[in-house]
Order: sequence, then C-alpha cells, then structure tokens
Amino acid sequence: MDGRKKSFTLAKKHDLTGWAFLVPAVMLIIAMNFLPMVQALILSLKTGVGANLRWGGATNYIRMFQDKVFLQSLVNNFIYLIIQVPIMLTLALVLASLLNNKDLRFKGLFRTAIFLPCATSLVSYAIIFRSLFSVDGFINTVLIKFGLLDTGYNFLGHAVSARIVIIIALVWRWTGYNMVFYLAALQNIDYSVYEAAKIDGASPLQTFRKITAPLLKPTILLTTIISTNGTLQLFDESVNLTNGGPANATITMSHYIYNISFKYVPNFGYSAAMSYLILILVAVLAFIQMRVGDKRD
Amino acid sequence: MTDMKRKNAALRAKKRMIKALQYIFLILVSLLSIFPLYYMACAATNKSVDVIRGKLIPGNYLIENFKSLLAAQNVGGAMINSFKYAIVLTLVSLLICSIAGYGFEIYHNKRKDFVFSMILLAMMVPFAATLIPLFQMFSRANLLNTTLGFILPSISTPFLIMMFRQSARSFPHDLIEAARIDGVSEVGIFFRMFFPTMRSTYAAAMTITFMNAWNNYLWPKVIMMDEKSITMPMLIANLTAGYLTDYGSLMLGVFLCTIPTVIIFFLLQNSFANGITGAVKG
Repeated sequence: MDGRKKSFTLAKKHDLTGWAFLVPAVMLIIAMNFLPMVQALILSLKTGVGANLRWGGATNYIRMFQDKVFLQSLVNNFIYLIIQVPIMLTLALVLASLLNNKDLRFKGLFRTAIFLPCATSLVSYAIIFRSLFSVDGFINTVLIKFGLLDTGYNFLGHAVSARIVIIIALVWRWTGYNMVFYLAALQNIDYSVYEAAKIDGASPLQTFRKITAPLLKPTILLTTIISTNGTLQLFDESVNLTNGGPANATITMSHYIYNISFKYVPNFGYSAAMSYLILILVAVLAFIQMRVGDKRD
Repeated sequence: MTDMKRKNAALRAKKRMIKALQYIFLILVSLLSIFPLYYMACAATNKSVDVIRGKLIPGNYLIENFKSLLAAQNVGGAMINSFKYAIVLTLVSLLICSIAGYGFEIYHNKRKDFVFSMILLAMMVPFAATLIPLFQMFSRANLLNTTLGFILPSISTPFLIMMFRQSARSFPHDLIEAARIDGVSEVGIFFRMFFPTMRSTYAAAMTITFMNAWNNYLWPKVIMMDEKSITMPMLIANLTAGYLTDYGSLMLGVFLCTIPTVIIFFLLQNSFANGITGAVKG
C-alpha cells in the first residue's frame, strides 16, 4: 500500500516536472504566435488610421482586392513562387545527386562552395546583387567590355529584368540550402542500390528518375513547403535589391504591408487584413502540396 | 571482335565525356556561388571608381574605405548590437527550447503530446501575420529599442523544440533511472547528463539560431527606431539610401556584416547543415 502510494506520487511528480520543463517555451509560443494571430484577425476587421479604429467588418478584405498595388504585390509573389522555386529545387536536386556520387573528387570542396551563399545575410546579398546589376555595376561593365552593350542597361529600372534579377539572386542564395536537405536524404539511401543500377547499365538520368526522385519524394515535398512559405514572405530582397521598383513591379506582399504600417500613415487594420491573406495562402498551399504529395504514391 | 572493341571504346569515351561534363558543371556552379562574395571582398579593398571599372583583384584602398565608412555610420555600435542580440537570443533560446524538447520526450504522455502537436502549428504562421499586433504589444510594454524586444518573439521556436525532442529520443532511459536511484534530481539529470551528451545537437541549434538572429531584418527594422539600437543589416541597408553610392565603403560594410556568419560557416559547416535540416541524432 505504502509502496503504491509512493510510486503514484513519484509518477505525478515526474509529470509535473515535465510540465515545468516545457511551460516556458509553450507560453512564449502562445504569447508570441497564437495570441498575436488572434489579435491580427480582430484588427483586420477594424478600419481607420493610427489609433483611431472602429469596426469595419469585411471592409479591409474588400479594399484589398481593389488595391492595385496590393494585387500587383500578390502577382509578384506568385511570379517568384512559380518561376523561382521549381528552378531552384531542380538545380538543388541535380547538384545533390551529382555530389552523392562516391567516385567524385573534390566533393567537399564543391559542397562547401555551393552551400556558402547560405552564410550570407539576406540584406548583404541583396545589396551585392544590386551593385552587380546597377547601371554602372559589374555586369554592365563586362557586357560593355565584350561589346554586347553600348551603354549600361538599367536592369533594376525595367519590370521584367528587375524581376529576373530578383529570381537570379534568390536562386543564388537558396539553392545550396535546399541541396543540403537532399544530400542528407540521399545519405539515407543505401548506396548499393546505385551500384546495382550501374551494373544493370542504367544511365545517370534513368538512375535519377527511377531511384533518386521517388525515394526523395518526402524531402522534395518538405523543401517545396518551406520554399513556398519563404517565398510568400519575401521582404529583405524586395526592400534592398529593388526597393519594390520600378513602379511596384517587384514589390512583395510583406514589403507593401510594411509600407502601409510603418512608412506611410499607419493603417494597422488594413495591414492585418493583408497579412491574414498571406497566412491563408501559406496554409492552403501547404495543404494542397501535402495532398498532391500523398497522391503520387 | 574488333567491332566489340570499338563499341566498348565508344562507350568509354561517352562515359568520360559525361564525367567531364559533370565536373565542368560543378566547377561552374561553384564559381558562380563564390563570385558575388569574392566581388564583395575585392570591392571592399578598392576605390569606388575601380569597382565601377570592374576591377576584380584586391586593392589597397581598404583603410580609406574604412575611414569613410566610419565617418558615415556608427559601425562599432551596430556591430556590438548585432553580436549582443544574437548571442543573448542564442543562449536563452537554446536553454528554453532544449529543456522543453527534453520535457516533451522524457515525460511524455497524451496531454503533452497534444500540446506538442498544437505547437507545431505555429511553424506555419508567417511572421507578417503576427508583426503588427506584436509591434503594438511591444510598444505598449516599452520594449522598443531593447534587447529583450529583439529576442522575445524568436526565443521559443517549434523547430528547435522538435530538434531537441528528437535527440532526447536517443537518450537512454536506463541512464535516467540509474541517476534517479542515485538521487540525482530531475533538473540535475538534464543539466549534468543530457546537456553534455547532446553536444552535436546544441552545436547545430546554436549555429542556426545565431545565423537567423544575425540575419533578422524585418523585426529589428520595425522595433529599433533609435539610431543607437540598430543592427548591422539595418546599417548597411541605410548605406544605400543616399544618391551617390561609394561602392568601396558600401561593400566594406556588407563585408563586415557578412564575415561573422561566414566564419561560423567555415568552422561549423556540418553543424549548420544539421541545424537547417534538423537532422541530428544523439
């Protein structure tokens, strides 16, 4: 009887210790994520400027879809998403499968070099690319030297080329990051499978399509969700590479939300509504991707 | 027979071609990956005119660039701020998240598992969606321009908690039982046994947290309104705001903002890779 009572209190003590261990982290997540999320929802239903807020119902949500700049930013985010993410993930996958080859020499060197851009801060690389592609920047200097251009082309001053520069910059910064996921996943595949395929005379392309790609499916799904999430929240590049220009041709949703909240006369209700659209998009796209990822089994 | 030989030779030649192409491709991608950083380092040591001319070898204008950079911005202050915010955040975050991950795994039961799955949902919440209420909350609490203000939103992350929970899974239960019989307290088991054995997890968590803290731009841009509280990324972003760009000192600023994370990268590349993928065991 005594022993049972003791073990009961011991189990209870352990349970409480466990709660004590995880409570600080859980409270912080509630206070810093879930609570503001609810507040943002409430805020998004209010209208007005500064601290002068009143209930507005769906006004902000309606306004959003009549706001040309916001619609432009939405389109921009989707341009980046649809063009940049597939290019980057394909490149990362190709590089990872090349580097997974046991006979390859200087493997570590290649991996380090391709992974290195990840160590650069987002603002830093945005400014580096801005300098490279500016009118008197390095790219123009080289193009003029080789006689391809007479005078510097204003890459960041034209909508299409500015978007291309942002896409190039994003690919540069994030390909190595995604490659690391694929390399980690490839290491879990038994290498003898590849050797067997080689003996059977499979070409590298066949090996990739029949072995690597199917086995990496969960990782591909994961990186797709991470990249989608990140692309929909792009901010640093839009601000520091192109400053959203020319004429909002490259502005992202987060950048526009920042402008509405902190650059112009603050309209927090409207910003909160726009930020909620990002939240919904992230959730919906992740859901779709997970469904599609499951189906292809 | 000779036909076979010729076929084999052709096959071997083709294989060699593919191999050569692979190397060329990898070398090209590697060079492209390094080039912008090399350009940055070169530009930091050259006169603005030379940078514009496309000079790609290190020059001897570093000290002059440094002088004009210091004249334009308080680099020392921003550097100290960035280190202070990033180090404090990393220490606090590692402590809170590791003890939570440990708690979720070692003392797990149905209710804690449910709380854990709720927490994972927070991973999907984009920062933009919490930005404005957080800003309002922090300005009401007088946390603008403070270290606490910088670190609070990112101390506890589902990603780190998950990482530490996974590593706690490989922590032998027999060891815990033995320590309990020896009279070691629960807190003592965590600090004296779990903490020292999970060095690789802590290293991975440390690199990823420090890098994220160092690179954070949107949040400090919102709350650090005082010139004295700004971070390095904010400082270099300010450098580009003028009409005339002095590429030399601008790139030196960018270089200074990049070098701490690059050093960590070279020292702890594998920990960083593990930190990103969350793939550490034991």
